[in-house]
Amino acid sequence: MEMPLPDAGVILRREEIAAALRAIVPGDGVIVSEPLRRAYESDGLTAYRQPPLVVVLPSTVGQVAAVLRYCQTEGVKVVPRGAGTSLSGGALPLADGLLLGMAKFNRILDVDYANRCVVAQPGVTNLAITGAVEGAGFYYAPDPSSQIACTIGGNVAENSGGVHCLKYGLTTNNLLGLEIVLIDGEIVRLGGKHFDSEGYDLMGVMTGSEGLLGIVTEVTVRILRKPPTARALLIGFAETQDAGNCVAAIIGAGIIPGGMEMMDRPAIHAAEAFVHVGYPLDVEALLIVELDGPEAEIDHLIAMVEAIARANRARSVRVSRDEAERVAFWSGRKAAFPAVGRISPDYYCMDGTIPRARLSEVLARIGELSGQYGLRVANVFHAGDGNLHPLILYDANQPGEIERAEAFGADILRLCVAVGGVLTGEHGVGVEKRDLMGVMFDEVDLAHQERLKCAFDPDGLLNPGKVFPQLHRCAELGRLHVHAGRLPHPDLPRF
Amino acid sequence: MTRFVPADLAELRDAVADALTAEEPVEIVGGGSKRGLGRPLQTAHTLDLSRLSGIRDYAPSELVLTAGAATPLAEIERALDAAGQMLAFEPPDWRGLLGVPDEESAGPTLGGILVCNLAGPRRIKAGAARDHFLGFRAVSGRGEIFKSGGKVVKNVTGYDLSKLMAGSYGTLAALEEVTVKLLPRPEAVATVLFAGVEPAAAVRLMAAALGSPHEVSGAAYLPPGTQMPLALPGGPGMVALRVEGPGPSVAFRRDSLVREHGTAGTAETLAQSQSIAFWRAIGEVAPLAGLGNRAVWRISVAPARGAELAAALAPTLDAVWFLDWGGGLIWAAVAEDGDAGAQMIRQRVRGPDGRGTGHATLVRASSGLRRAVAVFEPQPAPLAALSRRVKDAFDPAHILNPGRMVEGS
Repeated sequence: MEMPLPDAGVILRREEIAAALRAIVPGDGVIVSEPLRRAYESDGLTAYRQPPLVVVLPSTVGQVAAVLRYCQTEGVKVVPRGAGTSLSGGALPLADGLLLGMAKFNRILDVDYANRCVVAQPGVTNLAITGAVEGAGFYYAPDPSSQIACTIGGNVAENSGGVHCLKYGLTTNNLLGLEIVLIDGEIVRLGGKHFDSEGYDLMGVMTGSEGLLGIVTEVTVRILRKPPTARALLIGFAETQDAGNCVAAIIGAGIIPGGMEMMDRPAIHAAEAFVHVGYPLDVEALLIVELDGPEAEIDHLIAMVEAIARANRARSVRVSRDEAERVAFWSGRKAAFPAVGRISPDYYCMDGTIPRARLSEVLARIGELSGQYGLRVANVFHAGDGNLHPLILYDANQPGEIERAEAFGADILRLCVAVGGVLTGEHGVGVEKRDLMGVMFDEVDLAHQERLKCAFDPDGLLNPGKVFPQLHRCAELGRLHVHAGRLPHPDLPRF
Repeated sequence: MTRFVPADLAELRDAVADALTAEEPVEIVGGGSKRGLGRPLQTAHTLDLSRLSGIRDYAPSELVLTAGAATPLAEIERALDAAGQMLAFEPPDWRGLLGVPDEESAGPTLGGILVCNLAGPRRIKAGAARDHFLGFRAVSGRGEIFKSGGKVVKNVTGYDLSKLMAGSYGTLAALEEVTVKLLPRPEAVATVLFAGVEPAAAVRLMAAALGSPHEVSGAAYLPPGTQMPLALPGGPGMVALRVEGPGPSVAFRRDSLVREHGTAGTAETLAQSQSIAFWRAIGEVAPLAGLGNRAVWRISVAPARGAELAAALAPTLDAVWFLDWGGGLIWAAVAEDGDAGAQMIRQRVRGPDGRGTGHATLVRASSGLRRAVAVFEPQPAPLAALSRRVKDAFDPAHILNPGRMVEGS
């Protein structure tokens, strides 16, 4: 994985830079010692490691502003980091870059039930936001699987999703406000407790910008009343196509489940071996459908979904009789990744989105590729929104297997785009999918995105080497190529 | 004054490239229903996108629709109705509000709704237009064709430029094709009305309802004297709450709301067709549409502040007003005198400590007033500078709707 060439001059100045930063962030907030820097050398994409130049852990927005101003003046790159749970290498450090850890920003600042929102610092975990309001019967809806560890600031950077996206939206649909710091140290507030932007939706572009546009220092999210009832169905199908048809029929019936997840046979077997909750082992596909809302509604919808399942050749249908059973239905799915970790020394979790109708075809093709690459794969699918997580099983100790796994993964992502989907549904581009951006976007598309970046960070100091396959200088991108003298369609009215 | 009407993407690209070469700005027009929105434009040329129309891809089971940017909303809604689906953000038709006669416009287009980021009462539950905008293809002010986003809901590949286009009023690019997310149309709808409620109590009631498990999808307040285009049971000072979904669920939740808040004021209910008409009228700003000689402000604040702000404005500006979005949206019609209350309203939004969040947009006013007063909420200098740089990134020569949002940009 090629990263931008480190600036040897900056590396030589490490001690001087650290000293300057200590004047801004005192005490243990600046880390230079090599063993301590190593603790930050990787995020969730553990195949890639790089100790940063220096680690800075600020605790106030003033410190963040001063640090960034310093970096802009001195030309030092910055890699922001929340909890480091990114699966795409979004927080992979640079040898000549400062690692800006936001973990000390860990307070909830305001819980406002009258306006149904919470104001939190970016280092607060996703689950802690729900934790702060669940006593009053509320919760924060986007629930990525890493929610016990991942931070809300990181969620903003990745536009994180989770199981409940189709019904409740992604992070971007649940954000009301942000405070951000730009590379020049300007502190900018976007949104707040009110709705809609007064001008350009810069909060919308900040969300999912993977640490390339600014540092998030405060987040205002909307909270929802917890649905009074949630029940789940566990449905087994002899064929994946039947499961896919069932999903389409549920949506066609006007039902938007709170969650709708699918697992293929290898994933089912791995999960059942791990949690022993009674998943059917004789099916090709397992569908977990969760319906949440007012009790009167749920009973009605459960009956509808059960009928739809049977009409689509379900082999088995179980409806949760109580909360314990509902949790049990989910436990295998929620443990899918560690379950797969039991049956293979390593696994590589992919993340692509496809139109739901193409699922069977895509799974069949993944099966073929699995044969070609000689690597097993288990599939977990957010059936509600088409987000697919193929888990490629490999052994890093076997020569060449990491490379084969990556090549297999890249082929899967190309396939997702080829059937009308996208490269990443929730894990982000990071470094992992950076070099595949050309599969989805041409050079002009990418240039328009890079110019947006230029508006925020003209020197390209924030997280370079992530998301975009080539670094262009802003002056070069800014040049207008006007079609001087060429006038097509001479018969049409002219200006 | 030239009107260019591109038939396809290539002609659109050529039209913008020509405008760039000639350094002559254009006004972008879709259905022409919102030309009076934003600051008045003074361009010699019009770029009419009306031929970029038609549904291009619609698979109901995917909950996604792709169409030419200037496809009339009416055409989209007909197709969605047939499949039992809807645009959940309830796009409103503001022709009545903006005083646009039928001869001048065939109605709103999907692209126009998206670039103005308009939404109706269901915004509080389902989000605004920007929350349902998945992807697009466009020609930027650089005369270049580019695309962003995709045709799926879960997509974090690259920057979310769809969000940037939403609410940009055609100042960054001319959209040629758009993709939106859909949701099923609810089977049933009911509205509960509580009459005789004072503004402060109304906001508290709406907060309680929106924070309840009954999934309220509309919360509005009509103060005494509000004119609506349909007869309503009950009396003045009215809170309206909407619930939608399967029939039995709607009945249960409607009854729960009546039971839980019945002491707030006398309760009445509206059934299906009356509910639909009521909430359409709210989205169309019907209470203020008839006051043609007055300026109309659209004020966005934290919902809990809605009553306090309206109460401050009403006497001083002799405002006719009502609340939507649980109090988070204040519509106010005021006299066109002076700055039409701009300074006073914006100061009140900021509050005594200057930290109040929100904004006020001058949605309807004479072109003279919209030139004299900042139509969109002025931004603090660093944010204004950043917005300007974003504009320059997409339209460096300022040929697309120049000055539509901010003077000189």
